[in-house]
Amino acid sequence: MPSASEAIAERLRDGEGFRIAGAGTKQGWGRPLDSDLEILSTAELDRLVSHEAGDFTAIVQAGVPVAEAQAAFAEAGQMLALDPPDDGTATIGGLIAASDSGPLRHRYGAPRDLVIGVTLALPDGTVARSGGRVIKNVAGYDIPKVAAGSFGTLGVITEVCVRLHPKPPGTATTVVRHDDPQALQRAALECFRRPLEAEALDVRWGGGEGAVLARFGGSRAAERARAAGGEVVEDDDVLWEAQRRGQRGDLVVRVHGLPADLARVLTAARDLGATAVGRAGVGTTWLSLPPATDVERLRVTLSPHPCVITDAPAELRARVDPWGVPEGPELDLMRRLKERFDPAAHCNPGLFAGGI
Amino acid sequence: MGVTGELVERLRSICGDAHVITQAHQLKTYESDGLLQYAVTPGAVVLPADAAEVQRAVKACFDHGTPFVARGAGSGLSGGALPVSDGVVIGLSRLRRVLDVDLVNQRIVVEPGVTNTEVSTAVSPGFFYPPDPSSQVVCTIGGNIAENSGGAHCLKYGFTTNYVLGAEAVLTGGTVVEIGGPQADRPGYDLLGALVGSEGTLAVVTRITLRVVPVPEAVRTLVAFFESPLHAGEAVSAITQAGVIPAAIEMMDNLAIQAAEPMAKAGFPLDAGAALLVELDGSEHECDARFTEVERFCTDARATEVRVAADDAERQRFWRARKAAFAAMGRIAHAYFVQDGVIPRTRLPEVLERIAELGEEYGLRVANVFHAGDGNLHPLVCYDRPEDGERAAELSEAILDVCLDFGGSITGEHGVGHDKKKHMGKQFAEPDLAAFQKLRCAFDPHALANPGKVMPTPRLCGEVPGPYRRHPLEEAGVAERF
Repeated sequence: MPSASEAIAERLRDGEGFRIAGAGTKQGWGRPLDSDLEILSTAELDRLVSHEAGDFTAIVQAGVPVAEAQAAFAEAGQMLALDPPDDGTATIGGLIAASDSGPLRHRYGAPRDLVIGVTLALPDGTVARSGGRVIKNVAGYDIPKVAAGSFGTLGVITEVCVRLHPKPPGTATTVVRHDDPQALQRAALECFRRPLEAEALDVRWGGGEGAVLARFGGSRAAERARAAGGEVVEDDDVLWEAQRRGQRGDLVVRVHGLPADLARVLTAARDLGATAVGRAGVGTTWLSLPPATDVERLRVTLSPHPCVITDAPAELRARVDPWGVPEGPELDLMRRLKERFDPAAHCNPGLFAGGI
Repeated sequence: MGVTGELVERLRSICGDAHVITQAHQLKTYESDGLLQYAVTPGAVVLPADAAEVQRAVKACFDHGTPFVARGAGSGLSGGALPVSDGVVIGLSRLRRVLDVDLVNQRIVVEPGVTNTEVSTAVSPGFFYPPDPSSQVVCTIGGNIAENSGGAHCLKYGFTTNYVLGAEAVLTGGTVVEIGGPQADRPGYDLLGALVGSEGTLAVVTRITLRVVPVPEAVRTLVAFFESPLHAGEAVSAITQAGVIPAAIEMMDNLAIQAAEPMAKAGFPLDAGAALLVELDGSEHECDARFTEVERFCTDARATEVRVAADDAERQRFWRARKAAFAAMGRIAHAYFVQDGVIPRTRLPEVLERIAELGEEYGLRVANVFHAGDGNLHPLVCYDRPEDGERAAELSEAILDVCLDFGGSITGEHGVGHDKKKHMGKQFAEPDLAAFQKLRCAFDPHALANPGKVMPTPRLCGEVPGPYRRHPLEEAGVAERF
C-alpha cells in the first residue's frame, strides 16, 4: 500500500494536469486555472501526526483544518503563530502553500519562518522530505521556505512540521485614531521604532478615518498597552477579527510597501474610496477596492511596491496579471525552478507569477 | 577545465595584478577555512573590489568552465569554503562597504565582506542585528548568508534567513539577479529562502538588504549552577514550558567549565556539574516578571547557586565564559573536534547519557556546550595523542548518529560543507537528495559554484528532465540514476 503522499505523487506523475485544492478557501487567487483540470484534493490527509509540546513542534498533514490544529495546540497553551482570516475550514497545506498570514505576522513572521520541515509529493512520482523536526537545522537546501508560498506549483505539500509558540495568557490593545494618513504613519512609525515587543502592529483605514492598533500579549499585557500610550482596549478580540476580515473582499490588492511609505498607501485608499488593513511594521497593506477600480493604474501610483491582486473576479485575474512580478532575471530563475520540479506543468499550471 | 594561464590573465585584467594570487606560498593562506583538517590549494585566488568585478570574475570562470568557491572571512567550521584544486577562490573581503542605513524602515544594505558585528555597529545605539555567531567579530555577512548562521540568541530572534530581505547575486553564467528587495513577503517563489543557507553552491552574493530591530528596553542575565546537566535540563524544560522564550539559554558541562573558567575568569565554580546561562530581554515589565519565574525554576530544579548579573560588566563576564569554551579546550586537551548536531530539546537527558557512554567506550573525554533552548549541541571531543585523532573523529561522528536516532539533524549552524556531506544520506533519502539537486540545478546547471559541497555524491544536472520514467536498465537493475 503506498502512503497517501506516495499515492498523490503517483497521480501527479500519471495525470495530465491538476488543480490542487485544500478546502478551496483561496481558489480565487492567482490566474484562473483551466476549468476542466482534474481536482487533486488533500482532504484525505487529515491527521495531526504529532504534537511535541515540550519541543514546541508539530507534524501536521496538509488537509487538517488550521482551526482544528490550533485547538489541539491551545490545549497545551501553544499556538501556531499564523492567524490569517479563516472561516474555520482553511487547511494547513493551503495556508502554507499560499503563504497566508494575519496580524501575528508582525512578531512571528510569515509561514516560511514557521515551517521547519515539509513533505512534497512531486510530479516525477517521488515524495521528498526536507528540513526536519527540529527548529534549528541547516542540513540541505531550505526547501520548506521555497514550498511556502509556491501555490502548489512545484508539487503538493502533503505534510509539514511547524514551530509553535507559547500562546500569551492575555492580550490588550492600544488604539490611536486619526483622519490623516500622514498622522497615522507617524503614529505607526513611533510604535515600530520602540522596543515594545508587540504581538501585532496594525493599521486600518475606512470611511475617511483610520487607526493604528498595537496588541500586547502576556500577563502584563494591559500595563504594557497603557505604557505604549493611546486608548487601551482589554477585550480586544473583536478589533483583531475585524483586521483579519479586512484582508478578504470582492476586489482586494495586497501592497508590499515599507513602513515609512504607509501614508502613500493609505492616501491611495482614501482617494479610491477603499478600505485598508495592514501590518504597519511589516509594510504590507490589503486594500479592499470598489469593483470598478483600475488596478493597473493603482500599481503605477504605488510603484515600485509590488501589488498583488488576491480576491478578484476571474475575468479581472485573467486580464490583469495578479502577481505583477516583472520580467527579468529573478522571474527567469523562478521559471527555471518550476522547470526542474514540474517540467510538464502538472501542478496548478499557469496559476502563479509569470504564468508559472 | 582548470585554471589556465589565459584565465589568470583575464582575472588580472579585471581585478588588477595585485588582486590575483597564484604564488604557491600565498595560495596557502586560502587552502583551509576554519576547519583546518582539510586543505586544498586552489588554482588561483581573485580578490575583486566590487560587485562589478565579482560579476566579471564569475563570468571569466564560466567561460573557461572553471569551478569557483566564494569565500568570506574563512571562519566556517564545515569546510564550506574549502577550495577546489582546479578552481578559483573568489575572496569577498574587499567588498566591505555599508551602502545604506535606513533606520526608519529598519533596514541596512551592505556588501558581503562587512562583518556581522559591523552591521550592529552601523545601526547602534538604537538598533541591532540579532544573528550573533560566536565568530561575529570576524565572520562576514556573505558567509552568514551562505551558512544561515545562528548564534546564542536565535531561539528568540531567529536565524540569518529571518533577517535577509533582498540580495543581489551573480549566477554561474555571470547573470546578475536581484532577489527580493526592501519590501517583505514579495510575490513569487521565495528564492531568498533557497539562497540563504545554500553554502555558496547556488550563486555569489554581492549586496544584501537586512532587517534590523530595536535594542530591547531591558536585559536580565543569570547563571545557575547544578550538580549535573540533567538538573540543568529540568530547569530548561520548566522555563520553556512556562511559555518563556529567553533571548538565550546556554549550557556548559563540567569539562567545559573547567576549560573555560581559567581563561574567562568569570568566577564559575570548577566543581559545578553544569552551568546554565539564561538571558531574558524585552520590555522592563515583562522581563522583571519573567526573570523572577526563571530564578524560581532554577532553584526548583535543585540549582546549587543562582547568580544574577548585577551590571553589564558581570553580564559580559558570564558570556565570556560561554564564548571562550571552544578556544579554551586547548587548556585541557592537545586537540579536539567540535561537533554541531541538533536534537529535539526534550530528548537531552537520553542523548547526554548516550554521549557519555560513547565517551567511555572510546576512552575519550567529551565536553558539552549547548544552545539548550533549541537542542543544538556542540560536543567537543578531546584527545591528547595524535594517534587518537582518528578515533576521536569516529566518536564525533558517532554522536551525529545519536542525534539522528533521536530525530535531530547533523548540523544546526555550522553547515554541511565538505565535512558532513557523507552524512547527508543518513538524514535524507534518495528522493529528498534528488529534490535538493533539482533546486541546485535551477540556479547552477553547470555545477561550477562551490562543487563538491553539501551533496554526498557528485551529480550532474543535465537538461531539464521530462516526467520521470524508470529506464529499462533501471528496471532490470543494471543501472542507477542519480
